[in-house]
Amino acid sequence: MKKGFGVALLLILVVVGTVGFHVFSPWWWTELASNWGYIDDTIILTFWVTGVVFVAVVGFMAYCVLRFPYQEGRRSEYNPENKKLEWWLIGLTSFGVVLMLTPGLFVWNDFVSVPKGAAEIEVMGQQWQWSYRLPGKDGVLGTTDVRQVNDTNPFGINPKDPKGQDDVLIAGDDLHLPLDKPVKVLLRSLDVLHDFYVPQFRAKMDMVPGAVTYFWFTPTRTGTFDVLCFELCGVGHYAMRSKVVVEKEDKFQAWLKKQQTFAQSLREAENQSGGESKVASALGPENAAGGGSGSRDHGAPTVRVNP
Amino acid sequence: MADIVPTAVDDIPSAEVAEVDLYHARSWWTKYVFSQDAKVIAVQYSCTAIAIGLVALVLSWLMRLQLGFPESFSFIDASDYYQFITMHGMIMVIYLLTALFLGGFGNYLIPLMVGARDMVFPYVNMLSFWVYLLAVAVLVASFFVPGGPTGAGWTLYPPQAILSGTPGSEYGIILMLVSLALFIIGFTMGGLNYVVTVLQARTRGMTLMRLPLTVWGIFVATILALLAFPALFVGCVMMIFDRVLGSSFFMPAIVEMGQQLSYGGGSPLLFQHLFWFFGHPEVYIVALPAFGIVSDLLSVHARRHIFGYRMMVWAIVIIGALSFVVWAHHMYVSGMNPWFGFFFATTTLIIAVPTALKVYNWALTLWRANIQFTLPMLFALGFIVTFVNGGITGLFLGNVVVDVPLSDTMFVVAHFHMVMGVAPILVIFGAIYHWYPLMTGRMLDEKMGQFHFWVTFVGAYTIFLPLHYLGLLGVPRRYFEMGETSFIPASAQDLNAFVTVVALIVGFAQIVFLFNLFRSLRHGKVAGRNPWKAASLEWQTDDVPPGHGNFGEHLPVVYRWAYDYSVPGAPDDFIPQNVPSNAVAENHAEAPSAADGIEAPRT
Repeated sequence: MKKGFGVALLLILVVVGTVGFHVFSPWWWTELASNWGYIDDTIILTFWVTGVVFVAVVGFMAYCVLRFPYQEGRRSEYNPENKKLEWWLIGLTSFGVVLMLTPGLFVWNDFVSVPKGAAEIEVMGQQWQWSYRLPGKDGVLGTTDVRQVNDTNPFGINPKDPKGQDDVLIAGDDLHLPLDKPVKVLLRSLDVLHDFYVPQFRAKMDMVPGAVTYFWFTPTRTGTFDVLCFELCGVGHYAMRSKVVVEKEDKFQAWLKKQQTFAQSLREAENQSGGESKVASALGPENAAGGGSGSRDHGAPTVRVNP
Repeated sequence: MADIVPTAVDDIPSAEVAEVDLYHARSWWTKYVFSQDAKVIAVQYSCTAIAIGLVALVLSWLMRLQLGFPESFSFIDASDYYQFITMHGMIMVIYLLTALFLGGFGNYLIPLMVGARDMVFPYVNMLSFWVYLLAVAVLVASFFVPGGPTGAGWTLYPPQAILSGTPGSEYGIILMLVSLALFIIGFTMGGLNYVVTVLQARTRGMTLMRLPLTVWGIFVATILALLAFPALFVGCVMMIFDRVLGSSFFMPAIVEMGQQLSYGGGSPLLFQHLFWFFGHPEVYIVALPAFGIVSDLLSVHARRHIFGYRMMVWAIVIIGALSFVVWAHHMYVSGMNPWFGFFFATTTLIIAVPTALKVYNWALTLWRANIQFTLPMLFALGFIVTFVNGGITGLFLGNVVVDVPLSDTMFVVAHFHMVMGVAPILVIFGAIYHWYPLMTGRMLDEKMGQFHFWVTFVGAYTIFLPLHYLGLLGVPRRYFEMGETSFIPASAQDLNAFVTVVALIVGFAQIVFLFNLFRSLRHGKVAGRNPWKAASLEWQTDDVPPGHGNFGEHLPVVYRWAYDYSVPGAPDDFIPQNVPSNAVAENHAEAPSAADGIEAPRT
């Protein structure tokens, strides 16, 4: 067997195997359910540009390995530099970079520019569950403060803010969203970093305690989608799950009417305050780590009585 | 051009400073334990790094077992899993790769390659190792304290890292932070040595533009580390304060499990900026030495000069500089001001240009070369393949909007393992096969080496290529188990099981490699002088392995660059750096010893 043949074969198999795996592997992204098709397009473009470079470089190496194996007494070519060739390669690479970066930055500009009229909703993360807040009839979310969080006010809504009284609170249940309406998702965390992500929506952002972050998207497909936490948040990270239901406007409105507002939740707590304060399932590290299905099984908001 | 033409300038500047006498060991202890010889320190660094690296290897098996066969191992619970991934990552990046490239290869090769007798501050150099060993000891101790080591992920993001929902938040995190601080102190002592030695202790005729690229890579990486590590040091100190003294540098007002904590006013993002201001240059602290070393491996074993030497040097310098203005590409979805995305995406993709040029020049070095398929060459080729693969996926993650769906998925895991795990480690293997004959006087066994290469390269590529596609699918990283997730097909689990099996096989191949390292010490083929016929100075010493002081009575004098292979008209296919042009023909077949250099400084 010719020297270098095995190595050249290895390199060729790497190219063929990689491209083949890309084309035939059953693992690919989920079907899009939001307006962010441009993100998918940018990924495809990047696959093409970088794929050509990968095949070219490894292919070139395979050729050299096959063509120039060691022979006693033969000498390599001696020409330490080739300025022209190097500048051509720099130019071509720069062109490829511009080709990928330019559309990328345009799409990023869309990503950070929330359209006027986008409905604001809030997602709140805490170890290890999701809660949601939607504005009430006034269309505005009330202000919040972590210091206000207590048994009767798990969201920490400022009780003196009239805009907060009609806020719709969803704790330990699925989030519903209307189809084809742009949503600005405000993100808040009570304890550590979390990240609200639905793979079908393609858009995510970390939630940072002490700050409100955001991203926006438009749901474009009805269905029920898994919510996963995408920023390590402690031992129950993998079990921090929820679901988003995207449905037509009328169904969404019917669902919305059934949800409890902040004012209603305060009244309910007042009625019960004669007895012991209600202790809902406080999700400690031990029970979170045990079950894989996560926090959405817990019907009531997490409340823990101070010792 | 004058610096690199083969008919090199014979006009060598005279020595400006007299040689300083070295510290000579008086006992076994000062010769082999508290040694001030950079070569002994290099071996100490390397053995410690490889030993702690083996711990990281075992941790990777444990985490792969959990991913491949969830709910099969009662001894791995979620806390254990997060501790495994955290310690695996931290050990590999800091305690193995950084320590081995700079403390190991840096110490061994810099003085020999620049023609110096030792590092310029041998005593501080010795201290550097002992502080590093202490840092490793503290790290290992964290496995044995109540609650175990930290499971905060290698990025140690607060507030999670120091709150009770994370494993090891009692003692593990404190020991981790103390260990990192010690590592940085130890590294700084070594790092100052490497930089000053390259700048001050080069032998006569060794201009900067005649340095082997190995030295250039380690030199620039050390400068990066000296500038980047202080940011991590500050972050570690502040987090220790937050954890132990209750300060709030990184801690805002927090309700933990329904309880109000007394923290308030701090910023979790501040830590992320400090961490990545260190963390991104860290990628190049590992990559630049690998770039340099692989250039030399390719050149020696392809019997051809490196192509475009000067561009290669400038690319290293430019990549090093740019690596300080790209850190926030790790934070596109961190919640920082999204307008930063435009700046950091642009700088990040610009860094691809000098990096790509390096790849082209490595490939072009093979053009019309005379390629010997030695083990170092095989590993060097493997490096180029994995580095190109990992580099182009970096273009996905660097382009801010593409990063949004991919961040924190298995795509990221696959990317950084390919580009700064597999690729640099292949270079380390190649480098060990290449320089082991110099360090021990014996060759490593070829058959075991072939087995090691084929299993490691094919296996590692098979492990990490498919993981990209799981990430594209939306499989998150740092998940103890996936449980029921509607969008993930059952086949993803089969793939994970397959990857785990391959990972165990690749792990086995590393045991063979270790066996080879030990066995060849006594039973390896005797190497003799300069078995690879290399032109750089470390192979031109009087003794093999080189003794204390490296060179004989006189330091070598350098007349040419390190890449004079296959020079037209020369009788051999290489001309060592210390051969003057009028002696090329005479020194045919036998490279001159250092003592053949010009003896007295010319006036």
